[in-house]
Order: sequence, then structure tokens, then C-alpha cells
Amino acid sequence: MSVFLEGIAWLFSPDRLSGPNPLPERLAEHLGYTLLALVIAAVIAVPLGYLIGHTGRGRDLAVGLSGAARALPSLGLLFVLTLLVGIGDAPVAATIVFVVLGIPPILAGAYAGFESVDRRVVDAARSVGMTPLQVALRVEAPLGLPLLIAGVRSAALQIVSTAVLAAYVNLGGLGIYLQRGIQLRSYDEMIGGAIVVVLLAFAIDGFFALLQRLCTPAGVRVAGGAAQTTRGRRHRRPATPRGAAQ
Amino acid sequence: MIEFEGVRKTYPDGTTAVDGIDLTIPAREITVLVGSSGCGKTTLLRMVNRMIDPTAGTVSIDGEDVGSLDPVRLRRRIGYVMQNGGLLPHRSVLDNITTVLRLNRVPRAQARARGLELMDTVSLDRGLASRYPAQLSGGQQQRVGVARGLASDPNILLMDEPFGAVDPIVRAELQRELLRVHRELAKTIVFVTHDIDEAFLLGDRVVILRTGGVIAQQGTPAEILAHPADDFVAGFIGADSGQRRLRVVERDGARIVVDRHDRPVGLLDADTPAHSDRR
Ligand SMILES: Nc1ncnc2c1ncn2[C@@H]1O[C@H](COP(=O)(O)OP(=O)(O)OP(=O)(O)O)[C@@H](O)[C@H]1O
Ligand SMILES: [Mg+2]
Repeated sequence: MSVFLEGIAWLFSPDRLSGPNPLPERLAEHLGYTLLALVIAAVIAVPLGYLIGHTGRGRDLAVGLSGAARALPSLGLLFVLTLLVGIGDAPVAATIVFVVLGIPPILAGAYAGFESVDRRVVDAARSVGMTPLQVALRVEAPLGLPLLIAGVRSAALQIVSTAVLAAYVNLGGLGIYLQRGIQLRSYDEMIGGAIVVVLLAFAIDGFFALLQRLCTPAGVRVAGGAAQTTRGRRHRRPATPRGAAQ
Repeated sequence: MIEFEGVRKTYPDGTTAVDGIDLTIPAREITVLVGSSGCGKTTLLRMVNRMIDPTAGTVSIDGEDVGSLDPVRLRRRIGYVMQNGGLLPHRSVLDNITTVLRLNRVPRAQARARGLELMDTVSLDRGLASRYPAQLSGGQQQRVGVARGLASDPNILLMDEPFGAVDPIVRAELQRELLRVHRELAKTIVFVTHDIDEAFLLGDRVVILRTGGVIAQQGTPAEILAHPADDFVAGFIGADSGQRRLRVVERDGARIVVDRHDRPVGLLDADTPAHSDRR
């Protein structure tokens, strides 16, 4: 218990702003790695996942590769890659590790989102004369968005917690406190660092939970009975009463 | 005019849904395809807008083989009301109705105005324009489907059991409205149903299909009623069981039409001379 309190005390000590490892700087590094890897992973995985979801092809391959990627020991991969690219390019190695970690959940979210769309809705979209691209972008993508965001959410959590490994190849981030804490047996620093990582993960999770809600199309939200309003967000209610054409 | 010539459709699993159909669907009339479940009505209908391509034979519109046309462009000029409505759940009623217009690059304001007009045409309250499909009743959804089918003012309207999911009262109302819309707009309508009464009510011509995707008989309702081609047709339209036989009896000074069980089905209108026009 006292160790925990010491950790909190460490957290609020003025040294956190002025010392050799200022917290805001390490936090920014940590978030930076997370964000960069998340964006790269999304840029790779979203189009690929959409393609798999739209065509229904390559799903088994994707599942297999995703499983393999998840099974990779991150720390081992980081060391191997760092040795391969050279210690000077450690940021590249670290980013690759985080991207590899982030791709599977985003890929799964993207194709699961597409697959979740009722085939009859896709059929309807085609039958009114949408091109395959229009069906993908105007129907499958918006309807599959909540599941995609769920995938990005779990990727973000994976990455943010794994990004502590950056410290092991001298790249800073919040992991530095954990690493130093273990090496120097300064448990207050270790606990304090861990608390920050956990809070950060909570914050990211909350952010995506909110985003997921916001990205659920209104027409789908009301179908779930969650909405109290009968009015859409994009159209004002027309003022004209029942038409004169009757 | 839509023509089917030697049209056959065999699905990859070996099911032959439509087997060698020759059929001419005249312009500006309502032609009803009727038959029991699984006899190939939907398959036949969807070959017109190339949602399905025939395995053999050709489908042509005004002499032009649809197989030679770009499917996307073709679909944008043919109205299609799907079995089960087929609305886009994430778009409002008005957006659903105007989808085709927007795809055809009609300016937004103009499309909206046209969409609201169409809501009047199918007797949908304009106040529902901003709702989502999930917030509508089954009958309202089907009206939206019909409005969407009419939106781009297509010459051809394909309707696949459009009134399947509603109660008999709403169904009768929708049927009346369809006849009214047809009188006003005179589209070529191909209407699919498995209900023979609906077929006789709506169809200028009725095509009765048999399981396996072949035509059992085609003609006007009167022709079919008067001369069922075979036992299957007679059974299908209920002629063999005497269901269609009505008699006039005198009761309480009025002339009552009764069915074969002597149950009254209507009153003979003595003042109006018999006429052949159904409408
Ligand atoms: N995609 C498909 N693959 C294989 N068989 C199919 C496919 N679509 C339809 N069929 C089969 O083809 C036959 C005709 O189907 P179709 O949907 O045209 O019937 P329908 O007359 O519209 O029936 P319903 O009144 O039930 O809608 C059925 O036996 C059906 O099982
Ligand atoms: Mg059908």
C-alpha cells in the first residue's frame, strides 16, 4: 500500500516537470509512437480489410496471418529488428513492431464491419444502380464503421501498452520509468510510471468508446431502440404539411 | 416492351429456376407474374435489370439486348421495388427515395423537391421525410420502396411482392393506389406476387408460372378465368374447387351474389349495366 502511495507522491513531485525525465515529454513521446503506429496500421489494414469484406476473398489468409502476428513476442521482435536495422534506426524498428501489433485488430474490424452489413441491403444498393465502389463507400463503410472503430480501439490499447518497450531500445516513452524503476529499484518511480500508463489506456479506451457511439449511423441507432428522437440529424423536418396532390 | 427469348437460368448449385421462357411484356401495361413460392418469379424479374444474368437466351428492352448494356446505367433507369422493401437503414426516408436521383447527378435541392412530391404520390406524410426506415411501419416502408422505384421517372417499374408484408387492409389500399398511380403515369409495370387474387386485380395481363420456371398460362384475367389451360392452372386459380363460381340469389327483395357455400359475397347492382371495363 505504501509503495502505491509513494508512486502517487512520485507522480506529483515537482521533479516530474524539471527532472532529467520530464513527464510531459515522455508522455508526448509515448502518445506519439502510439499515434504514428496506429495511423500507419490503419492506412494498411483498413483498405485491405474493406477489400476482404467487400469481395469475401482472402479472409482465411487474413485470419491466419493475424493470428501469427498476435502470437509474435513483441520484445523479441523489437530486439531482432533493432539489430537488423541498426541501433541508429531503432525508431523504425519500434514503429514496425507497434504497427504489426496494430494491424490484426484493425483488419478484423474492417472486414467484420463489412460482413456485418445485411446482404439484402447490399443487394438493394446494387439494384438502384450503385457501382461496386459506391456500394463499398456509401453503404458498407458507414454501416460497418462501429465495428471498424472497435477494431481501432483494441489496436490502440495494444499499442499503447506495448509502447513501454520503446524504452528498452533507448527511445524513451513512459516505459523509461518502468525500466529505471526496475534497474534502480526505485519502486515509487516504477509504480508512478505504471499508473500513468494505465490512466492513458483508460483515457484512450474512453475516447474510442465515445467515438464508436458517435459513428453509429443514426438510422441504425434508432433501430436499436436507443434513440428518443424521431428526427434525423441531417434533415430539418419539412414545414409543408401533407401534400396537396391528393 | 420487354421480351424474354428462350431464357433459362441455372444457378451454380444446379437449381434451374427459369427454364426456357418466351414472354413479351407490353409497354404501359401491368403484367403480373404469379406462381407459388420458388417457381422463379424473382429470378425472372431480376434478369430485366441485370441483377441476374441468364444462363441462356436473351432479355431485351425495346429491342435492345440488356446483356449488351452497362448494368449500372441500366439499373438507374429501371425502377425496382424489392421483396422486403430493401431500404438503406442509415439513410432517411427522403434520402432513400432520392438515391437514384442523386446517383443520376440531379442537384440536391431539386432531388429533395421531387422526393417530397413522390411522398405525396404514394400517400406518405411528408413529416416522415427525415425518419429512418427502422422508424416506419412495414406498410410505410413499402410505400417508400415504391416511391424510390418511381423516383427517376423510369419507363419500367419492377415490383417484387411489394405488398407482401402488410395486413389485408393496407394491402388493399396500396393496390388501389398502385392502380391510381398507373392510371396517372402509365408505366410498364412487371409485378410479382404469389396471390392470384392480387394478380387478377392488378394485371392487364397475368402470367402463371409453374414450379421449375416454366409458363403454365398467360393472358388477361378474363381469358384465364374463362379457359384455364390445364388442371394446374384451374387448381391454382381455384376454378376446379368451384371457388370462383358465384350465383345470384333473391333474398329480402335484393339480389345477392353468393359463393358455392351460399355465403354472400356481394350485392348485384341492378342499376348499372354489365360492363367489361374492370376499372
Ligand atoms: N442464388 C441462388 N442460388 C441457388 N438457387 C437459387 C438462388 N436464388 C434462387 N434460387 C432457387 O431458384 C428457385 C427460384 O427462386 P426465386 O427466388 O426466383 O423464386 P420466387 O418465385 O421468387 O419465390 P418466392 O415467391 O418465394 O419469392 C428456387 O428454387 C430457389 O431456391
Ligand atoms: Mg421471390
